[in-house]
Amino acid sequence: MNNTFLKIKNATAAPLASVPLVSFAEFRDAVKQAVQEHSMRVASFFAMPEENGDHRMTVVLCGDNTDLLYLLSFRAGRRYPALTADMPQFHWFEREIAEQYGIVPENHPWLKPIRFHRTLDNAPDAWGRTDAPTAGVTDYFRMQGTAAHEVAVGPVHAGVIEPGHFRFQCMGENVYSLEIELGYQHRGIEKMLLGGPDKKTQHFMETAAGDTTVASATTYARIMEALCGCTVPGRAQAIRALALELERIANHTGDCGALAGDVAFLPTASYCGRIRGEYLNMTAEICGNRFGRNLVIPGGVQFDIPQTMSEKLLAWLDRIRPELFHALDLFFDTPSVLDRFENTGTVSKEDARAIGLVGVAGRACGLGMDTRQSHPDGGYQLRPIQPLRPANALTGDVLSRAAVRYGEIRHSERYVRDWLKALPEGDVCTELASTPAPDMIAVAITEAWRGELCHTAVTDKNGKFRRYKIVDPSFHNWFGLALALRGQQISDFPICNKSFNLSYCGHDL
Amino acid sequence: MFNILKARLVQGYRTGKFPHQPPVLPERFLGRPVIDGSKCSAEISSQLSEMCPADAISGCGNDLQLDLGKCIFCGKCQEISCGGITFSKEHAVAALTRENLICNTANSRNYTPEEQVRCAITRLCGKSLKIREVSAGGCAACELDFNVLNTLAWDMGRFGIQVVASPRHADCILVTGPVSENMALALQKSFDAVPDPAFVIACGACAISGGIYAESPETRGGVCGMFTPDLYIPGCPPHPTMILEGLLRLMGKRFLQKKA
Repeated sequence: MNNTFLKIKNATAAPLASVPLVSFAEFRDAVKQAVQEHSMRVASFFAMPEENGDHRMTVVLCGDNTDLLYLLSFRAGRRYPALTADMPQFHWFEREIAEQYGIVPENHPWLKPIRFHRTLDNAPDAWGRTDAPTAGVTDYFRMQGTAAHEVAVGPVHAGVIEPGHFRFQCMGENVYSLEIELGYQHRGIEKMLLGGPDKKTQHFMETAAGDTTVASATTYARIMEALCGCTVPGRAQAIRALALELERIANHTGDCGALAGDVAFLPTASYCGRIRGEYLNMTAEICGNRFGRNLVIPGGVQFDIPQTMSEKLLAWLDRIRPELFHALDLFFDTPSVLDRFENTGTVSKEDARAIGLVGVAGRACGLGMDTRQSHPDGGYQLRPIQPLRPANALTGDVLSRAAVRYGEIRHSERYVRDWLKALPEGDVCTELASTPAPDMIAVAITEAWRGELCHTAVTDKNGKFRRYKIVDPSFHNWFGLALALRGQQISDFPICNKSFNLSYCGHDL
Repeated sequence: MFNILKARLVQGYRTGKFPHQPPVLPERFLGRPVIDGSKCSAEISSQLSEMCPADAISGCGNDLQLDLGKCIFCGKCQEISCGGITFSKEHAVAALTRENLICNTANSRNYTPEEQVRCAITRLCGKSLKIREVSAGGCAACELDFNVLNTLAWDMGRFGIQVVASPRHADCILVTGPVSENMALALQKSFDAVPDPAFVIACGACAISGGIYAESPETRGGVCGMFTPDLYIPGCPPHPTMILEGLLRLMGKRFLQKKA
């Protein structure tokens, strides 16, 4: 398999022509070997229209044992045999491609739309729909029998939360199947990115998932830097990395608080709710915005951290740290909390690998992946992040996901502190050398707080985006939540959902 | 049990002092912009309107204006405007009418936030406001920063403001996001379920005007095409202080501010 793929490092670009374009059979066999024998996962799989009306299908594979990304393409007409049959990881990607370009993967086990929009290039609809699709209107699994019943929730949920539609097939209190239909947050980002970059591109990236702004802007910046040729100053890379870790700490803290809230353990819920804000305010101290908007741009960062601010932030971290761990320890030491979390919403390691779970959810199942280590880039090259010590007995349940978050908070907090004590000297921003190079493909992966975020850009002959593919970690993980609910009580849905805490807008784009 | 009681003592009372004291905002925070059109030549003005990613800037000279309903507070205009546009730290940016979101040279001098007059809102919701939040294509940032008002750091419950689960229990809906096509029906149904007189709050640039998503065929460009909001809270996302200040002003609440 080794010679079939184009192998490139994270955050680099290569001529599009250097990505081998092979026959479908060759593609399937090579990818199958990589996924099944070498435990690689599908980081991205997307279609791109070609001039003759065919589509070039490109996969990006990522593994834990190599710092290279594997790229391979084949050409598809209107139909091709589904890859999902052999590799379940492809199922969501193939549904996405069918919806975006009307290309039908034959014998896909459950081919449904995922976002409910018309095709991007006005190709005929894969399901033969002629009217504009209505969100949520599609086929669902139905369980029949006198005691069987269906619970439908959403799109509007009870709390202050994004919209999505959930259908549970239940017998009494027990859930047999959960289906998740999204698309309500679809704003058409990928379509608007075509022909870019322009003045709005940066802001589409920052708002692709509003709670993942730093990760998203960093990934986009790396793509632009790879396409334009630019060496980012060390100081900027350090500021990006520490802002990314602050984003991680803030979100994990909020999630632990929300988990506590869902099992009615109010002390941790209220303390973490406030402490999350402290970390957001630290980000605002750096760039004026609590979510890190306007901080990361192609070429570097827009705001420096002067010595006085480093000292202020360090003192601030020192002050908050005991309060944070006090609130978290309280919750992990309470038997009634642990009882609700343990053995709830379990996803097995085999399933996690088969469906391609990433990030916190994947690590909680015992998968060791972390692209900050396997594919280090930017600040993580200058200051390698220490391997995460896995918490004991990661079994893929709610407790494991909470424990992984706890471990990562500790780990990231130390990393932020290390950077603040020793920021590299120099500028924080440099000009891009040129406009994006023509006919190139660039891939960048960032370990966002939910998991790996993969951007792939292909430029046309004028250096404009011919395709820009965003794969949010939630895209991989939503199906994991559906699996976690099987055999659970329906009343455990809120804690299962919070333990994943996936992004709707990052998925819907 | 004892650990929990001890925790209560250790963690202490942490609710912020706003609105009884001025808000604590970061040094680099961008608040309401101050416009001085006389400082911008025609050339700079046209550059400004061209480079603004949200298409919020128009006019030149004394007619130079910035539409806060579109502005995403990226601050790019500040860098090239030669002092024509400067962002202050003023957090009272919310407006009760769409026109009052337009910042220009005239209304930048001696800016005072628009006061609520006695009306159905103050009569019915002056002491308590029940909000049903509907996220319609938002990026989750507005939702999150509205949600933090429920945490003990802000505790909006002390002003009688509460988030309710059902629109039937609500006085108003608070909309975030540019109203994606896929959410338009659900948003309309949520609004229809709110008992009369149902008020509407547009929170964030997307909800007010569609923000940077205004031109996407997958969105409706904000709520204004569907309803007339009673409160507009600009920002991308608005800082929690901006949201809380707006809500309190909508309810006609006044607070004497002590010096911090």
